Amino acid sequence: MTRKTRRLWLVIACVACLGTAAALILRAFSSDIVFFVTPSQVVASPPPKDRTVKLGGMVVAGSVHRERKGETPVATFNVTDGQAAVTVHYEGILPDLFREGQSVVAIGTVQPPHDFAATEVLAKHDETYMPKEVAEALKKAGKWDPRFGPPPSAESWNQMTVQDARKNTATQPATN
Amino acid sequence: MSASPTFVARTGNFFHRYANPGQFLKLGARLQPWLTWPAILLTLTGLGWGLFFSPADWQQGDSVRIMYVHVPAAILASAGYAGLAICGLLSLVWRHPLADLAAVEIGPVGASITALCLATGSLWGKPMWGTWWVWDARLTSVLVLFFLYLGHIALIRAFDDPQRGYKAAAILALAGAVDLPIIKFSVQWWNTLHQPDSITLTGAPTMSSSMLWPLALSALGMGLGFAAIVVARTRAAVMESRIRALLSSPRRRGNAA
Repeated sequence: MTRKTRRLWLVIACVACLGTAAALILRAFSSDIVFFVTPSQVVASPPPKDRTVKLGGMVVAGSVHRERKGETPVATFNVTDGQAAVTVHYEGILPDLFREGQSVVAIGTVQPPHDFAATEVLAKHDETYMPKEVAEALKKAGKWDPRFGPPPSAESWNQMTVQDARKNTATQPATN
Repeated sequence: MSASPTFVARTGNFFHRYANPGQFLKLGARLQPWLTWPAILLTLTGLGWGLFFSPADWQQGDSVRIMYVHVPAAILASAGYAGLAICGLLSLVWRHPLADLAAVEIGPVGASITALCLATGSLWGKPMWGTWWVWDARLTSVLVLFFLYLGHIALIRAFDDPQRGYKAAAILALAGAVDLPIIKFSVQWWNTLHQPDSITLTGAPTMSSSMLWPLALSALGMGLGFAAIVVARTRAAVMESRIRALLSSPRRRGNAA
């Protein structure tokens, strides 16, 4: 074995050991690395009342109630992960992307069993990007309702141009 | 293991033939215009198309245009560090002199593009998510990458004997490469505020082609630009080291005295 070969194997061994160590550390701390907990986790094992947690999930369609307490807007809405739902109470201005069906992360404390007092609400957008006209065409065609989940598979719309979408929207009668 | 000596020797010969400093100067001089001009042209086309002519997103509106800078910067931040790691491997195993010079020059360029990625991401996060910064796995792992770049820049220049700096920095570059898969898969392994990748190897891109094309052009343009800057800096470094060698050669010293 030449010196170069020995050095190559040494480097490979070191990188492999380091990679394994990093993987084990990340696995061990996995529950701390996640940015938010889901409503079903919160319902199954509620954290202590004074602990600040981040709750992530989808805003349930039709559950949003907006009021005003003096000058500050007050919002109440349900957040779900499909298995359990938690009611979030929030005083303050919601981000622009907040809407029914949007994923959000609420930061605050759990009020067992199903309530959550948020001090901050962040909107989490998904990885789909499409022009307004294409979104309209999909909605008009009845293929997608943003209030109830993600858009249909990307193949069905990612080649659609704005012109196509305008044509589709114009020719199709409004179905909703 | 029996076949490895020939592989190692052959790889070494390949690099010494095609990437020795002298050959690199010749190759670099010919390559430079083919990197620089397409880089400027493609970046301007891609950014112009993305910023002014591509459609706005249905929910993010015009804020989505930050993507045409942010995504190429993010790709290059990781790719640049992968380049550093390869230089580190070539330096440690084959003691390749050009790899050390390239590693010195890649560092600051990679750190700048990582800073650009973090800054544009922050500017994008405030209007969309409602926050400049969160400590989620994707954002944190990219911040770690930025500090790895800064550490590499400092370490490779920290010794009076440059060879020692090269060796230490090469080890740091290889060790830091562990962060690259963490950045890439952070959005799949853990839940994060950052959304998962739109462009994947397996599925159709979840992005309208009217946005994908300008993004691809600006990513290609900025990638070529990164390469052009690194090649130009490395050429300058090779010339500088030659001039240094000439100036400190015994014959010259003899003449001066």
